[in-house]
Amino acid sequence: MLEIKEIWKTFNAGTVNEKQALRGVSLTLNDGDFCTVIGGNGAGKSTMLNAVAGTWTVDSGTISIGGTDVTRLPEYKRAKFIGRVFQDPMLGTAPTMQIIENLALAARRGQTRSLKWGITKAEKERYQELLRGLDLGLEDRLTSKVGLLSGGQRQALTLLMASLQKPKLLLLDEHTAALDPKTAAKVLELSDRIVEENHLTTMMVTHNMKDAIVHGNRLIMMYDGRIVIDVSGEEKKKLTVPQLLDLFSKVSGSDEADDKLLLS
Amino acid sequence: MNPIALLNSLPGAVSQGLIWGIMAIGVYLTYKILDVADLTVDGTMCTGGAVFIMLTMAGWSIPAALLASFAAGMLAGLATGLLHTACGIPAILSGILTQLALYSVNLRIMGKANQPINANNYKLLVSSRNVKVLSVENPILVVGIVCLVVIALLYWFFGTELGCALRSTGSNPAMSRAQGINTNFTTVLGLMLSNGLVALSSALLSQYQGFADVSMGRGAIVIGLAAVIIGDVIFGKVFTNFALKLLSVVIGSVIYYTVYSLVIWLGMSGDDMKLITSLIVALFLSIPYWKGKYFSKPAKKGGAANA
Ligand SMILES: Nc1ncnc2c1ncn2[C@@H]1O[C@H](COP(=O)(O)OP(=O)(O)O)[C@@H](O)[C@H]1O
Ligand SMILES: [Mg+2]
Repeated sequence: MLEIKEIWKTFNAGTVNEKQALRGVSLTLNDGDFCTVIGGNGAGKSTMLNAVAGTWTVDSGTISIGGTDVTRLPEYKRAKFIGRVFQDPMLGTAPTMQIIENLALAARRGQTRSLKWGITKAEKERYQELLRGLDLGLEDRLTSKVGLLSGGQRQALTLLMASLQKPKLLLLDEHTAALDPKTAAKVLELSDRIVEENHLTTMMVTHNMKDAIVHGNRLIMMYDGRIVIDVSGEEKKKLTVPQLLDLFSKVSGSDEADDKLLLS
Repeated sequence: MNPIALLNSLPGAVSQGLIWGIMAIGVYLTYKILDVADLTVDGTMCTGGAVFIMLTMAGWSIPAALLASFAAGMLAGLATGLLHTACGIPAILSGILTQLALYSVNLRIMGKANQPINANNYKLLVSSRNVKVLSVENPILVVGIVCLVVIALLYWFFGTELGCALRSTGSNPAMSRAQGINTNFTTVLGLMLSNGLVALSSALLSQYQGFADVSMGRGAIVIGLAAVIIGDVIFGKVFTNFALKLLSVVIGSVIYYTVYSLVIWLGMSGDDMKLITSLIVALFLSIPYWKGKYFSKPAKKGGAANA
């Protein structure tokens, strides 16, 4: 479903701030894979997701989604294939627009926007039903501005928006990191449900090793712009946090300092 | 300080307010919806009138000349939009560049700095001569209807899929791209629409006053902002519907011109009005900043994070 081949990305090339954020990353995800991504701050996790989403183009390497080469496609054209939820709850929704308007925008992801009316009646009922499923009381607030919602409500809404137009790939970038633990657990549970119901191929970045082990069928760890650990199947199921830490220090040839970084 | 003189000046003030109201709607589209301050409008506010007068004198029908003015405004918006999106120049600077270029263009269109049109020789849509006449030719009625038509069309457009995409572009561009919206396209489209309306307003103004002048758009952006702000301050809380928001911009503009004539009546020079307008707009633009800085309540903890 997703095929990343040898992608490289350097920021601010030729300046004192030069940073090689991706150094030859390759990754293939099969249809229906749920891959969790861990790694210390600055390891390149968000950069890898941004490369796939097309926030900018990579320096070299190729990316294809569902057999389509998207390496040179601008972000808005790739959006057809990709659903995204960001770390910052502010990023995923249009705050000055209504809940229902945000949903209607997302339902048309990847379609040409015409002069047809923006929201149909049938849609309204569908959204109400889906919002009821979130169990956040949003089904009665269809015309509320999204700017009035809490961070958790926004992330749940963004998740729902990402799944309205079934994406080939769902990208979750620490989408629970800004939430309090209780809300985070709820949103994570919702993510699992949406992934399962829609059989979505998913990449989920998390800073929580336990979550990374519990969720999904595959786990990768990034370090310094590269994928250094890749476990899946039975091996992943049996993985424990201490084992993961151990694996990491072997691969990175480092000691405790990095372990702390990882857990942060 | 004759009160009759003040009363006499009112119909003219309302007419001008309505005409500039269409211009202010254009400013509202960019400033409030797209979230860019577009300085092109100072130039476009002459281009529309210049195009209208030259085409009318060349024998074009009034509706055709009005449409051409609208199209000319859209072209100006296109120029600014491309400078911004295709050339990566900041929006403010793009607008300034087009505005300056339009100064030359406007002179070229008119052939001189001031181009009059004789209302006796052409069947103009509005004229200040009819401002106190109780007939269907009264500019208050005519421009009032034009305003309502413009508001109705915009209300429809911003309810469509494309219009919603334009609104979301201003609200959250990153999210809009993630939803598959070509934000470069929507930004250019918004700038074109806005400048089209400004040019339409300019075409009406040139008929009303009987001439187009190369400096008639100077400071237009600030007058537009003043109308938007006045409308928002007075009606912002009660008018939540989009059509009513646009209406409040027009009313804001009418209030602006009414105050303008009051200021003149009080014996002040019209030349000082730009200074006063600037000060008032600067004051109102600073209020949200000061509020946040000096009067902010301590942020509520927890409440925002709970789902
Ligand atoms: N747009 C950007 N411009 C410059 N540097 C960037 C940009 N995005 C990421 N970086 C740098 O690339 C490195 C990897 O960042 P990121 O992928 O965000 O890390 P993380 O694994 O914590 O998500 C960091 O050093 C970061 O500073
Ligand atoms: Mg990150």
